[in-house]
Amino acid sequence: MSKRIDVENLNVYYGDFLAVEDVNMAIEPRSVTAFIGPSGCGKSTFLRTLNRMHEVISGARVEGKVLLDGDDLYGKGVDPVVVRSQIGMVFQRPNPFPTMSIRENVLAGVKLNNRKISKTDADELVENSLRGANLWNEVKGRLDKPGSGLSGGQQQRLCIARSIAVKPDVILMDEPCSALDPISTLAVEDLINELKEEYTVVIVTHNMQQAARVSDKTAFFNIAGTGKPGKLIEYAPTQEIFNNPSEKSTEDYVSGRFG
Amino acid sequence: MSISADALKPSGNKRTQTKDLPDVGNPAADKIFSGISLAAGILILVVLAAVAIFLVAQALPVFTADSEDLTSGSFLKYILPLTIGTLIASTIALLLATPIGIGVALFISHYAPARLSKGIGYVIDLLAAIPSVIFGAWGASVLAPKIVPFYDWLATYLGFLPIFEGPASQTGKTILTAGIVLGIMILPIITSMCREIFIQTPKLQEEAALGLGATRWEMIRMTVFPFARGGIISAVMLALGRALGETMAVTLVLASGPLTASLITSGNQTFASEIALNFPEAYGLRMSELIAAGLVLFVITLIVNVIARLIVSRYKEFSGAN
Amino acid sequence: MTATPAHTSRLTSGQAPKWLPLAILAVSLILGAAASALIGFSIATFALFSGLIFIIAGPLIVGAIEGRRKGADALARYMVYGTFLIALIPLISVLYTVLARGVPGLSGDFLMNSMKGVTGVHDNAAASGEGNVLGGIYHAIIGTLEITLLATLISVPIGLLTAIYLVEYGEGKWLAKAITFFVDVMTGIPSIVAGLFAASFFALVTGNPMNRMGLVAAVALSVLMIPTVVRNAEEMLRIVPNELREASYALGVRKWRTITKVVIPTAISGIASGVTLAIARVIGETAPILVTAGFVTSINWNAFSGWMATLPTYIYYQIMTPTSPTAAAVSETRAWAAALILILIVMVLNLIARAIAKIFAPKTGR
Repeated sequence: MSKRIDVENLNVYYGDFLAVEDVNMAIEPRSVTAFIGPSGCGKSTFLRTLNRMHEVISGARVEGKVLLDGDDLYGKGVDPVVVRSQIGMVFQRPNPFPTMSIRENVLAGVKLNNRKISKTDADELVENSLRGANLWNEVKGRLDKPGSGLSGGQQQRLCIARSIAVKPDVILMDEPCSALDPISTLAVEDLINELKEEYTVVIVTHNMQQAARVSDKTAFFNIAGTGKPGKLIEYAPTQEIFNNPSEKSTEDYVSGRFG
Repeated sequence: MSISADALKPSGNKRTQTKDLPDVGNPAADKIFSGISLAAGILILVVLAAVAIFLVAQALPVFTADSEDLTSGSFLKYILPLTIGTLIASTIALLLATPIGIGVALFISHYAPARLSKGIGYVIDLLAAIPSVIFGAWGASVLAPKIVPFYDWLATYLGFLPIFEGPASQTGKTILTAGIVLGIMILPIITSMCREIFIQTPKLQEEAALGLGATRWEMIRMTVFPFARGGIISAVMLALGRALGETMAVTLVLASGPLTASLITSGNQTFASEIALNFPEAYGLRMSELIAAGLVLFVITLIVNVIARLIVSRYKEFSGAN
Repeated sequence: MTATPAHTSRLTSGQAPKWLPLAILAVSLILGAAASALIGFSIATFALFSGLIFIIAGPLIVGAIEGRRKGADALARYMVYGTFLIALIPLISVLYTVLARGVPGLSGDFLMNSMKGVTGVHDNAAASGEGNVLGGIYHAIIGTLEITLLATLISVPIGLLTAIYLVEYGEGKWLAKAITFFVDVMTGIPSIVAGLFAASFFALVTGNPMNRMGLVAAVALSVLMIPTVVRNAEEMLRIVPNELREASYALGVRKWRTITKVVIPTAISGIASGVTLAIARVIGETAPILVTAGFVTSINWNAFSGWMATLPTYIYYQIMTPTSPTAAAVSETRAWAAALILILIVMVLNLIARAIAKIFAPKTGR
């Protein structure tokens, strides 16, 4: 399962403040798309609007459309909870539930919604999800230990396994490696490469090498100054963004001249 | 766009739900839950309003009654001595508990060996955990008899002061004893609040002072006290609020009577003690009178507590601790 | 030049020797004993005089050797240590009194019997050694447990849900600010006023001004307990990291399920220990019970009808109105034994609270 995302004329506001202005973008299924840009350019905010997670912050709202295979996420009567069950998210810092074991963490999406699941189905789901997150071999012997006992990189892959277990169409990742050491980062990057076989992956990163390594397409966001809205400057295949950008500011950014 | 936009819409009814959409429960459940928690919050406001309204309703007969039916001829004459007695007892308590409370807090935060300070904190918390009736019983049967020689001494040598005018009570059941017991009871409040604030003094400031060659006491005066001033004041105010309304320490310890200047003879009375002593047998107008007295006590403690909270919030804005 | 054993560092010159405070203390104790003996020796005057001499002489001597600033430092240090010692006196005295006077009155009969049928005649007999001390606290224990349980059942749901509203829904709303403010105000309600409120509430509702029963007392205790529960639960919910809520939302979990299944389980140890401490606080309340539950000497199991006794009111009445006015010591014995039981209950609750906080805290470490 993998779906495409089309963003049309999207504006994001915090109260009256326009945070991200007029984004248009088409994200292909079974691909990795990276969002890069300086701090405060609105890339994380924009990512959150792709599964309505921004609504957790009071006062945040959007105008425009985000279409998931043609269905508008912001259409009338659309339940954000349903949206999030189809578009998963992985966060900057690994956040396994501290009260749950590794196994329970993977099953969290099912169990928290009180869905009935047989023991064998659950075992299968846990194994498949953990295999999907390249974590199975490391934790199969201690599934009943607390998830918070794992290393940072393992925790992050546990969080990815937890997202996969809900069987989403899209996985959003908000700087998933920024709290990890280089070796754990490599493991997660390898995983991202495998995930795109089945999912649409969108990743926000501060690390341009990472964007270059993992993504098929890259979107560069920039901000004109404090108090100004963030904008999508350029959206193109990753090779093009890093080797032959069409915008001057993109070139400045990827070549390290600012930001 | 062959798939209809309905695919993302919620449906409470499982039968009409698209098959590949997971069941995420009924959206109404969220509304119900937030409604219940909101209701609980509002209930608290209602209860507080009810406290005020019911007390006023039950107290009203006092203000329409014939003056000769009232205990002291008029309600004002009834509550004035109580107000003064309450203030005397609370003042004594504060005068004793404030310096000692701050000292103990300093001891825990800046003097005691680090390994011990936590345990000492528990010991002081233990003092807070002892029920007031036990303090009252202790004050009446242990402290009061023991303190009589001291009162005799005060009456002999300081008797020229109205507050120590003799002859001293030979049971020791005086407003001064009650004030001492009250002071012991509010000590943990002052200590625990001050300790919290003292500990939060920015380490950098403390180290800067020590780095300039200050002694420990100079460091405390230069950094800890200025930082904690607002917190100390609000701790004292909150302790005052507690002392004003504390009942048992006074009821059991004080041999109450009419208002007297001397602190070492029997006499004087506080609101809480007056109510506790008389309410169980009261009915009719006498009951209303006691409830009205309770209302006055409520208003006084309310004012003290609001002032304390205002100081806390002001202090928060200017402390720069964040 | 190698340092000889006799070498004195310039950094330590002008310093008073380490043993000086101890020496001053010893001299103070001797002088204190002498001064106290002059007016008839007693522990209290001995301690008072010794302390005074030490706290005046110590800093003066240190100041004379090391300078004024060091003298002031010493004065502050001695005073801070002194306040701590002074604060220990009542604590030790109270605990000692309760143990020394309470233990003799304890027995199985004391725990398992009420005061029904115990009269001044029995107490007089006991005082003159012709009979045993009769009567016990069974009825008071029942009353205490029932009233406290009822109060907990009322306070915890209201307090917890209010905290949930404040933390999860009320962010920045004026209503939340109003509730926070008034919860603070409620914290300061004198316990006797809470009792008067419950009494007058039930008086107006039932039309009977003398309507006293366990339930009324439970309502009074709830007024005292709710703000404690709210403040504690609020604090505990706030320290649950937002990341956990977001993780749950991102899995397509509704807010109410996120709260009940992720947020509360994460905070439950703190909440539970806070509730236990709140129980420990109200279980010793006396004044609100006096005006709401009345007082009885016999067993009443029904908290919804009839007067009830609790341990604190039992202690209070045994002291204020001894069963036999001519043999008050017998009633006092019972009062102290009851006080011992009450303190034990409170201490056990405090220990339980600490244990809950420690054992059930979510494991975050590796």
